[in-house]
Amino acid sequence: MVPISYFVVLSALLFGLGVVGFLFRRNIITMFMSIELMLNAVNLAFVAFSRAFDQLQGQVFVFFVIVVAAAEAAVGLAIVILIARNRQTLNVERVNLLKL
Amino acid sequence: MFLLEHLWIIPALPLLGAALNGIVLRRQAHAVVNTVALGSTALAFASALELFREFSALAPTSIPWGENFFPWIWAGDFRADYALQVDQLTMVMLLVVTGVGFLIHIYSTGYMEHDGGYGRFFCYLNLFMFFMLTLVLAANYVLLFVGWEGVGLCSYLLVGFWFHKKSATDAGNKAFWVNRVGDFGFLLGMFMIFRNFGSLDFARVLPAAAGAPADPAGHFGTFTWIALALMTGACGKSAQLPLYVWLPDAMEGPTPVSALIHAATMVTAGVYVVARSHIIFLHSPIAMAVVGVIGCVTALFAATIALVQTDIKKVLAYSTVSQLGYMFLACGAGAFSAGIFHLMTHAFFKALLFLAAGSVIHAMGGEQDMRKMGGLRKQIPWTYWTMLIATLAIAGVPGFSGFFSKDAILSAAFLSPYGGKILWAIGAVTVLLTAFYMFRLIFLTFFGKAEYDEHQIHVHESPNNMLVPLVILAVLSVIGGWQAAPALWGGENHFEHYLAPVFADAASAMEPSTSAMNAHSIEQQLTLVALILAALGFFIAWWLCIKNPKLRDTLAETFSTPYRILVGKYFVDELYAGAIVRPLLWSSTNVLWHGVDEGLIDGTVNGVAHLTGETGDRVRHVESGNTRSYASWMVLGAVVFTSLLLWLAVH
Repeated sequence: MVPISYFVVLSALLFGLGVVGFLFRRNIITMFMSIELMLNAVNLAFVAFSRAFDQLQGQVFVFFVIVVAAAEAAVGLAIVILIARNRQTLNVERVNLLKL
Repeated sequence: MFLLEHLWIIPALPLLGAALNGIVLRRQAHAVVNTVALGSTALAFASALELFREFSALAPTSIPWGENFFPWIWAGDFRADYALQVDQLTMVMLLVVTGVGFLIHIYSTGYMEHDGGYGRFFCYLNLFMFFMLTLVLAANYVLLFVGWEGVGLCSYLLVGFWFHKKSATDAGNKAFWVNRVGDFGFLLGMFMIFRNFGSLDFARVLPAAAGAPADPAGHFGTFTWIALALMTGACGKSAQLPLYVWLPDAMEGPTPVSALIHAATMVTAGVYVVARSHIIFLHSPIAMAVVGVIGCVTALFAATIALVQTDIKKVLAYSTVSQLGYMFLACGAGAFSAGIFHLMTHAFFKALLFLAAGSVIHAMGGEQDMRKMGGLRKQIPWTYWTMLIATLAIAGVPGFSGFFSKDAILSAAFLSPYGGKILWAIGAVTVLLTAFYMFRLIFLTFFGKAEYDEHQIHVHESPNNMLVPLVILAVLSVIGGWQAAPALWGGENHFEHYLAPVFADAASAMEPSTSAMNAHSIEQQLTLVALILAALGFFIAWWLCIKNPKLRDTLAETFSTPYRILVGKYFVDELYAGAIVRPLLWSSTNVLWHGVDEGLIDGTVNGVAHLTGETGDRVRHVESGNTRSYASWMVLGAVVFTSLLLWLAVH
């Protein structure tokens, strides 16, 4: 059996990639995908721990996360489409009406 | 019995008049104002007379007669009710206040006729009557204090009646501030009375005080402190040293005000309080001595200033201070009834003097400087004769009211165990000075040649509504002292006898040191000395003002230093300005205003506001509106929390 540490490290790497992508990319779609990456990194950790400790709660959590992520994707993509329509851009730096 | 049971009616009448004239009937015709103001005062006077009739029928055991109308301040053990009381002392004060007050109201209808503030004037005047009647009818110190402050307020309003004149508003302020100093003492006195007797009702405090042991001579005990505190209040209200400075300035007000408030009634409130609290004073030899000395020194001090004043009203003002000094001298000598007697006769003749002076000023078209008058006796004979009668009364000419009251005071000062030969001597010298400055006033104003431009000023006698009060007061100035006349030939002083129940304690404390027969012969000699001194004063005035007017200037030059000191009124105002007013103003401005108020209080409030604003201004840059910066903060926060959790897990 693959040791738990492999999964955790992979999960951390994926999460880190997601964070970096979220912080450093300017395209909203890319940032959106980075968020999905972070969510799935967490999911991976959940599943891994679930299996390691032989408990189901982790897997139940994963289903919740998938549902929330789906809902988020629906709303989020709708917002992205609206921004794209209104601004003709997907650059997040330009979406700054709240700035002082 | 109706009025005895409804005592509140007497003060309520002028209050109603003031309310009608001040609130409902504003800017009405003079006839309306007159009806309300004079009607309410006349009714008050009539009520006082009716009350006197009912009161005379009362059994001596039910005097003082008190009525408690409603509870006013109840807090813990403290109780002060709206309660009024009548005894002989109150009765005298009531009749004087309503009677003289009514006459002055009549006079004012003539004097103020062309003034724009006619209704306002009578509103204040009626309000004053209300507070003065509250003062004399009050059955406890708290209600008395309400009247006391109320008359002070009306005095302020009426001194500054012509408020477009800076000097008038300044004088009003001065009267108010100086009285605050005295009132502070009065309040302290009330606190001490409550602390020692558990009540402020006369009916409880005074008998309790009478039963308590007196302070031993030379010892500052409870009674001494209470009496000195009350005396401080009396000094303020009754213009005694060292708080007399407001009264001469108060002459800025209309002349009827000077007559009513600053001569006949309000300024005698201090004497009334001392007489009302006489048991407390009698229980403290120190306080009695202080009252006597203050009165005596004030009498002399003010009389010397009056010698050289040239403003006709200023002479009368200093004369008032001086005569009030006599009243305190009487109280200090334990002759409270003599003090009240002088209060009454003084109310007659000094009100008359002021009203007559007002008539002179009216005739001269507003001129108050006696040096610019002269020879007026032919043009304004009524004013001249009435003023002459008042002058004879104040100078103490036999047969006139002032003679009897002043005589009673001087003999009490000489014979009483509280008095002394020095007090008497100062009082006697003041008799000479009084005669001098009063006849100087008469001679400068009514005799000699006219010193004014006869083409410019058309001297005219005052209208009848001003002359009638003068004549009535002149009659009172003559006969007002006759109740005491039998005492001269060994009979009974009826006035003293009338007040005897009130001052019973004083009488027992005043066992004459010499036998009655001996005392009587001494009294006659004292009267003779006072008469000679008064005649001397008259003669000097005649010599300097009629016979040899040039001598006055020569004297002024020869004794230039004392003369300048007198003209400068001993520079007391300047002294107070330098020693008290200016340091107070400086510290108020620089310490309290700029330092405490602006620096500390404003500084704290503004500082907190500034700090909040400044912090917000710095911190708001966190809210950049940039999505990526928010994300960075979130990540940073997550990292911090994770690190914290890890750190905690490790330790």
